Amino acid sequence: MKSLKIVVLAKQVPDTRNVGKDAMKADGTVNRAALAAIFNPEDLNALEQALRLKESFPGTTITLLTMGPGRAAEVIREGLYRGADGGVLLTDRAFAGADTLATSYALACAIRKIKDFDIIIAGRQAIDGDTAQVGPQVAEKLSVPQVTYVEEILGLKENKLTVKRRLERGVETVEVPLPCVLTVNSSAPDCRPRNAKALMKYKHARTVTERQDSSDDYITLYNDRPYLDIPEWSVNDIETDIEQLGLSGSPTKVKKIENIVFQAKETMVIRPDDENINSFMKELIDNHTLG
Amino acid sequence: MNNLFVICELDEGKVADVSLELLTKGRSLANQLHCSLEALVMGHNLIGVENQLYMYGADKVWIADDPRLDIYTTLPFTSITVKLFREEKPQIALLGASTFGRDLGPRVSSALKSGLTADCTSLEIGDHENKREGIEYKDLLYQIRPAFGGNIVATIINPDHRPQMATVREGVMKKEIYSDNHKGEVIRLDISNYVNDDDFVVKVIERHMEKSKINIKNASIIIAGGYGVGSKENFQLLHQLAETIGGEVGASRAAIDAGYAEHNRQIGQTGVTVRPKLYIACGISGQIQHIAGMQDSSLIVSINNDPGAPINKIADYVITGELEVVIPKMIRYYKQNTK
Repeated sequence: MKSLKIVVLAKQVPDTRNVGKDAMKADGTVNRAALAAIFNPEDLNALEQALRLKESFPGTTITLLTMGPGRAAEVIREGLYRGADGGVLLTDRAFAGADTLATSYALACAIRKIKDFDIIIAGRQAIDGDTAQVGPQVAEKLSVPQVTYVEEILGLKENKLTVKRRLERGVETVEVPLPCVLTVNSSAPDCRPRNAKALMKYKHARTVTERQDSSDDYITLYNDRPYLDIPEWSVNDIETDIEQLGLSGSPTKVKKIENIVFQAKETMVIRPDDENINSFMKELIDNHTLG
Repeated sequence: MNNLFVICELDEGKVADVSLELLTKGRSLANQLHCSLEALVMGHNLIGVENQLYMYGADKVWIADDPRLDIYTTLPFTSITVKLFREEKPQIALLGASTFGRDLGPRVSSALKSGLTADCTSLEIGDHENKREGIEYKDLLYQIRPAFGGNIVATIINPDHRPQMATVREGVMKKEIYSDNHKGEVIRLDISNYVNDDDFVVKVIERHMEKSKINIKNASIIIAGGYGVGSKENFQLLHQLAETIGGEVGASRAAIDAGYAEHNRQIGQTGVTVRPKLYIACGISGQIQHIAGMQDSSLIVSINNDPGAPINKIADYVITGELEVVIPKMIRYYKQNTK
């Protein structure tokens, strides 16, 4: 059986699903500090698919790749706790302000450095942007085929993956040759929880920047256990055309951001007692909204 | 002025509604820009497909017809679109934010390095000034969409790269016949110039398409639940009300993320856009991305235990109270009054 080299793309995102009242500042901008940073949910579905392949094909390695600020190393650790073999944090001010195209370009450059991948698996989309563009764009940049909306990997034979896609009105079974990019839907199985052994093994995994803050006691630890080093790549560590990164590499620009103020309507308030609800239902029936 | 393209999608041999909606929108944008509206259709057995498109305002229909294009796969559709766009240099290209458009769009825009905005809720033409560099741009496409989980609305522009590409979900734009007499011209592409054998390495082995049983898009009464409904069990209340008054049950994204309802019930920017005659919002706070998908409903009723829920501002009627109390009463008094 063939062992595979898998790269999982993961993003740390603000938890936009649980937005509290303090999430917006008075001036209408987003108060990022009020939102927890989480592992993008569909990227966890993607990781689960990678872990299942690893079980079916012993010797398979899973490398997580994430781009973001220093604190995004948390995503790598979370992946290691759940069974990934390693991870890379791509972090540099040069990447800042990137739209999906510049993001995909940077990720593709990093993947080229990781080299010889068989499968790249990513979540379909991230909850902070909902664009679903990075997966297909990474595939295009690497000139490999893509399969989006994947719900299940059915098998691998003669260098071809069979996968099930979930479309609007049904399912499609697709055969795709390796290497390829897959993007995984939230309808795919949830990711397994952290593994206690992996948690013990990797709890001190840190990037070099994070280690600067740790106490001296740990210095020998990183010499003895090189797997605790989370590689941190800057723009100087990968081969890029700098013009295609960050803001300058982003064809789309944000012209303006608005906090929408709803056009207030004249609203009738109805009390939830029998009499009021009875007359409200009567009114809806009489004016033919109902019935 | 360069042209505006709509990349059309087929649904069982017919042009999909979302493509016709985009042609309607594209027609009005093209009129504003004084350019022509062009449609690209890729598939098989497309004889006469142009007749579905002219009446929605298409001036030119590009057809790529080949047995190998019968079922959509990414690579050949990308190759055709990319090469045609390199030749025709459209200023704007629109496609549906469906599994088709969201698979094809990013691949095409990456190849053309053109930029793409997903799930737009509004498209407008406007100018832009880059003050720092002193450059003025005329007649750009404003691509307007909620962002950040629907908490803000962003206007995206694409000043220097063409085409300006955007996807729009089904139901967001209105489909309207432009003119029954409008006629255009057909151009059939010689496929061999646009694809090569390597484009066909991905094979669709099997397809199971089924008519969706849930049809919230065309329902005239919708009872929608949000995170505030509290549980899957409580959602049954909404189903009971829907059954009684003849409606369909919808849900906000938060309710679906919480597992209270099925994905194909989602209303909002990343779900379906609806315009029913009656919309009853139950336990929905009213994030922009949800409002974007239901604000054109004729009559909006909000049932919420929070009198300050943002959705109440756009509601015609607000019932402040617990769903467990209010909904059974609505069912009871509906039955009493229709006996």
